[in-house]
Amino acid sequence: MNFIMRGRLWSFGFRSTIMLYFILLIVLPIVGVYSQSFQQGWSTFWESATDQLAWEAVLLTIKLAVISAVINVLLGTMIGWVLIRYRFPGRRILNSLVDLPFALPTAVGGLMILLLLGPNSFVGGLAEKLGFEIVFHEPAIIVAMVFVTFPFVIRGVQPLLEEMDKSEEEASYTLGASRARTFLQVIFPSMLPGIISGAMLAFSRALAEFGAVVLVAGNIPGKTLIASVYIFGEIESDNTQGAAAVSVLLLTLSFLILGAVNLVQARRHRK
Amino acid sequence: MRRLLIGLTYLVFLVLLVAPLAKIFVGSWGDGWSGFTESLTREQSLHALMMTGILVVIVTVLNTVFGVMLAIYLVRAEWMSRRIKGLLNSIVDLPFAVSPVIGGLMIVLVLGPNSAIGAFFEDVGIKVVYALPGMILATLFVTFPLMVREVMPVLQEIGAQQEEAASTLGAYSWYTFWKVTWPSIRWGVIYGVVLTVARTLGEFGAVLVVSGNIMNKTQTATTLVYQDVENFNVTEASSVALVLAAFSVGLLLLMEWAKKRKEVH
Repeated sequence: MNFIMRGRLWSFGFRSTIMLYFILLIVLPIVGVYSQSFQQGWSTFWESATDQLAWEAVLLTIKLAVISAVINVLLGTMIGWVLIRYRFPGRRILNSLVDLPFALPTAVGGLMILLLLGPNSFVGGLAEKLGFEIVFHEPAIIVAMVFVTFPFVIRGVQPLLEEMDKSEEEASYTLGASRARTFLQVIFPSMLPGIISGAMLAFSRALAEFGAVVLVAGNIPGKTLIASVYIFGEIESDNTQGAAAVSVLLLTLSFLILGAVNLVQARRHRK
Repeated sequence: MRRLLIGLTYLVFLVLLVAPLAKIFVGSWGDGWSGFTESLTREQSLHALMMTGILVVIVTVLNTVFGVMLAIYLVRAEWMSRRIKGLLNSIVDLPFAVSPVIGGLMIVLVLGPNSAIGAFFEDVGIKVVYALPGMILATLFVTFPLMVREVMPVLQEIGAQQEEAASTLGAYSWYTFWKVTWPSIRWGVIYGVVLTVARTLGEFGAVLVVSGNIMNKTQTATTLVYQDVENFNVTEASSVALVLAAFSVGLLLLMEWAKKRKEVH
């Protein structure tokens, strides 16, 4: 009896520790940001959030994240398709390389892009001669975002393509459908959930990206200052109120996207 | 069509992944071998790499222990209702949606010198923000979902039957864990560890905000790269970045290996 009692006490203590750790580490900080930004009332929050520069930074971030998500959908769908459907030399290596942006520190990614596209590089020089600028302007931010979110769509599409029933496709051919029609009406619809959830994850990651962007963006307020860099700047200048307000905007947006992704995936699993 | 698509795929990989990696290699060797070693043996480089090493060890150990335990509870625990489990399960993913900078800001807000908890720790004489404890917390926050998300599906897949059998036969729960549960989740855990190490090694935004980036004190390898770039020391920045990139590529290979083992078991 004594042994069992001691076991119960132990496991109770254990459970409480794990749960406490979980709540303190994850929930408390998130609650902290929300409460900080609403501490002085709704109007103060609204003032900090609608500050001209803050607003421009958020809008710019959303715009660039959408562009990079679209680029990712196009590239990712193609690459996912090629890596699953075709057999060619180097396929396995390319398939492992897909995860490189996840493994690489984002600051290193930013430095790479800076070196590759910077004013002293071949590409940068070429672009300058042609009369447009990359680094410290919007194109560089998009490149950084695409680089960081590169694996999402590919990894979203691949399992769907692997699971796909070949017979549907064959039936479509037998019934006389052209290749293009088969792709659009049979293959593409079954890839779509992967593309959508991959694109949403890529979008929310691009919204949040800091390391890669801060090095290449130039961070000029109103022009190339994105939201996460704006937040960093506000923290540096000790304006935690402003930082928290913009954080709440971004966080709420990301949480909504995460919820939507979970919904899409849950629906897929139920099928 | 087929040729064209394969060609395009190679082109994207070459431009987006291989060329940048090669460029950083060339960049760090800009001043030859001596330039590379000199930038790595600077006092701040050695200190920053050491800080990153300390962070990796502490964060990986804590995240593994708590992550595995939480995964087991979320899948197996009977003392929580299904509702609560579902709620906790969706909370696990939240750090994925949080920008690292915001993650850092959270720690500063909750534990900074202006907050109640921060003031308490300051009185006791423990510095949390702008010191190692804060950096550990920030990194733990960011890496939290990685382990839980790797272990949970494995636990769901193997089911509870074997464990139940072991407990009815009278095995003590620790014994059940080591003899029955551990062998089946082992490769998931190893994969989670590799992911955690990679993320900790590369964490930048959260650590930058929490650490204050004080040279020779709280500076990590990634924040040193950032500072070097800001000061236009491109060669130095590339050298440190190359070391980090080499570790990442090594971890990527490990991941591939662990993934294969995970699929076999």
